[in-house]
Amino acid sequence: MNSNRSKPHGLLAEFHTAADIFEAAMRCRDAGFTQWDVYTPFPIHGMDEAMGLRKSPVGWFTFCGGFTGFFTGMTMIWYMNKFDYPLVVGGKPLFTPLYAFPVSYEMTILLSAFGTLFGMFFLNQLPKFYNPLFKNERFKKSTDDRFFLCIEATDPKFGMDATRTFLTEKCHAAVVELVED
Amino acid sequence: MASPGKSAAVKAPEPPAELVRESLVLNNRSLGWITNAIAGVCEKPMPIWWWPAFIVSVGGMLTMFSLIAYLVSTGVGVWGLNHPAAWAWDITNFVFWIGIGHAGTLISAVLFLLRQKWRTSVNRAAEAMTIFAVACAGIFPVFHTGRVWFALLPGYLLPAPNANAIWPQFRSPLLWDVFAVSTYGTVSLLFWYVGLIPDLATLRDRSKGVMRRFFYGLFSLGWTGSNRHWSNYEKAYLLLAGLSTPLVLSVHSIVSFDFAVSVVPGWHTTIFPPYFVAGAIFSGFGMVLTLLIPLRSLFKLEDIVTLRHVDLMCKVLLATGSIVGYAYGMEFFIAWYGGSPYELYAFKNRAFGPYWWSYWAMISCNVISPHFFWFKKLRTSVVFVWIVSIFVNIGMWFERFVIIVTSLHRDYLPSSWGYFTPSWVDIMTFVGSFGLFMTLFLLFIRFLPVIAISEVKGVTPQADPHHPLGGAKGHH
Repeated sequence: MNSNRSKPHGLLAEFHTAADIFEAAMRCRDAGFTQWDVYTPFPIHGMDEAMGLRKSPVGWFTFCGGFTGFFTGMTMIWYMNKFDYPLVVGGKPLFTPLYAFPVSYEMTILLSAFGTLFGMFFLNQLPKFYNPLFKNERFKKSTDDRFFLCIEATDPKFGMDATRTFLTEKCHAAVVELVED
Repeated sequence: MASPGKSAAVKAPEPPAELVRESLVLNNRSLGWITNAIAGVCEKPMPIWWWPAFIVSVGGMLTMFSLIAYLVSTGVGVWGLNHPAAWAWDITNFVFWIGIGHAGTLISAVLFLLRQKWRTSVNRAAEAMTIFAVACAGIFPVFHTGRVWFALLPGYLLPAPNANAIWPQFRSPLLWDVFAVSTYGTVSLLFWYVGLIPDLATLRDRSKGVMRRFFYGLFSLGWTGSNRHWSNYEKAYLLLAGLSTPLVLSVHSIVSFDFAVSVVPGWHTTIFPPYFVAGAIFSGFGMVLTLLIPLRSLFKLEDIVTLRHVDLMCKVLLATGSIVGYAYGMEFFIAWYGGSPYELYAFKNRAFGPYWWSYWAMISCNVISPHFFWFKKLRTSVVFVWIVSIFVNIGMWFERFVIIVTSLHRDYLPSSWGYFTPSWVDIMTFVGSFGLFMTLFLLFIRFLPVIAISEVKGVTPQADPHHPLGGAKGHH
């Protein structure tokens, strides 16, 4: 859409040290911004609290995967060896959870791992190959040794001038404007 | 929670001097230096030695594939195994390779849960080693079936009914093994890939060529380093570590069930699961050292993979090597104490029977060699450690050979005793599996970061917002 041309995406602030971005994140959190994020080359210890993030819910996906895996394993073995074609081998019981356990255990771990991975992708909305941040050349340093903070224009508290002043004067950062296509 | 109004709250009190730990990355290297040093390895053209190494490895790999084609087209008789030793080099090689993999998972998962931060410098290469070793391991049990199309058809390995509508039967540890090894390979690959995503993004942002930018961009999935992403990512990484830990312990336990659940003297023992797991970690750390010691000096990564890493891994070798030595002794004790003449004979036959040479090769490599590492001087002499690591690899191969072949070749009935000798196909297939392993490892060096860039940065003082090097104010 033409009206979307050069629509602002947000303001991008660049920092040189972990401490600077940590402090800036606390300021942003306390200023009440909601549509903002911090971009760092590695996870910074304590940043989740500094940003005021809730605990990651990835564990629920892991749990669902593991639960499915265990019961799939048990049910599969019961169905194959006791229900569909009962065949006595070595005089052993047709089904007991004991001999079905090792395979069910492995299935638990396998599906937990898939649950964890795809749960993380789902929560992070990955893969996402288009991102207005990638249009900024300096942002390439975010996977090297620079730290960035972006407050998005969709934030209800966002105001182009006020936010820019906030970032430059309160957070002492170099700020550039990002646009969407 | 500290409020930004009181920015002094970011300060942390200076720890007492004796509690300050030695930095994991030496010479106070900057974050940018770490990126350049590690990403530089796979961005610059490979050094001259890489090409002959690669050609020799590919040659080995092709030898193995040709010999497998020969095996499949001719029959399993091209290998030396026959009654009574129907398992020989094939299963020895399988257990050897799968055991090698265990150190990678131990470093990446168990040491992560134990918060051993030094693991960050070695986990990427060790995990790569795991995946490549599992790939080599998988080949042997699949092809030892001879008519491999029967093994891969439904009803044997895959949980699907065979031509007579009979399902695979799950009372057999061999089928547990199928699930354990395939789960292990898959989860190791997922764990490795999750760890690679941020580093692939680093390579994407640095890459100049179109192809590299496309592929690194594709596989880094649009990673930005967003902290909202890191939060879920770190939780996922922790959970995968938590899942891999019981997994790695279960895999070699289940491999040991292949033997322990049988009634063959020398196999039918309850010590096998912990003994196999300790041996696997021992052999795997041997292989990690064999690979990393040349790697760190050839690519000038000594500031990241430091002597302290070598020292710590030698301590793991010492600990697990001692467990293995204890298990060898305990097996003999139980064989005597258990009062079964067959069991006792099996062990006497191991040490003094026709395969005595393999038993004593195993003892000298696995029981004697790790005990050099009581001495710090020897633990930090890289050439010495490298030589010992080779002996560990050799010794652990012999351990599996001893367990498998010496137990099988003389069991209950003397009339069915025999002596196994490998054929040239056996030998060259095993040698060729090293070609496959090294080909994969050399390609890994060529295209992927050999050290986890973001994880190493994360354990430097510069990464700590409360450390003066991380920019924390209030210090001089």
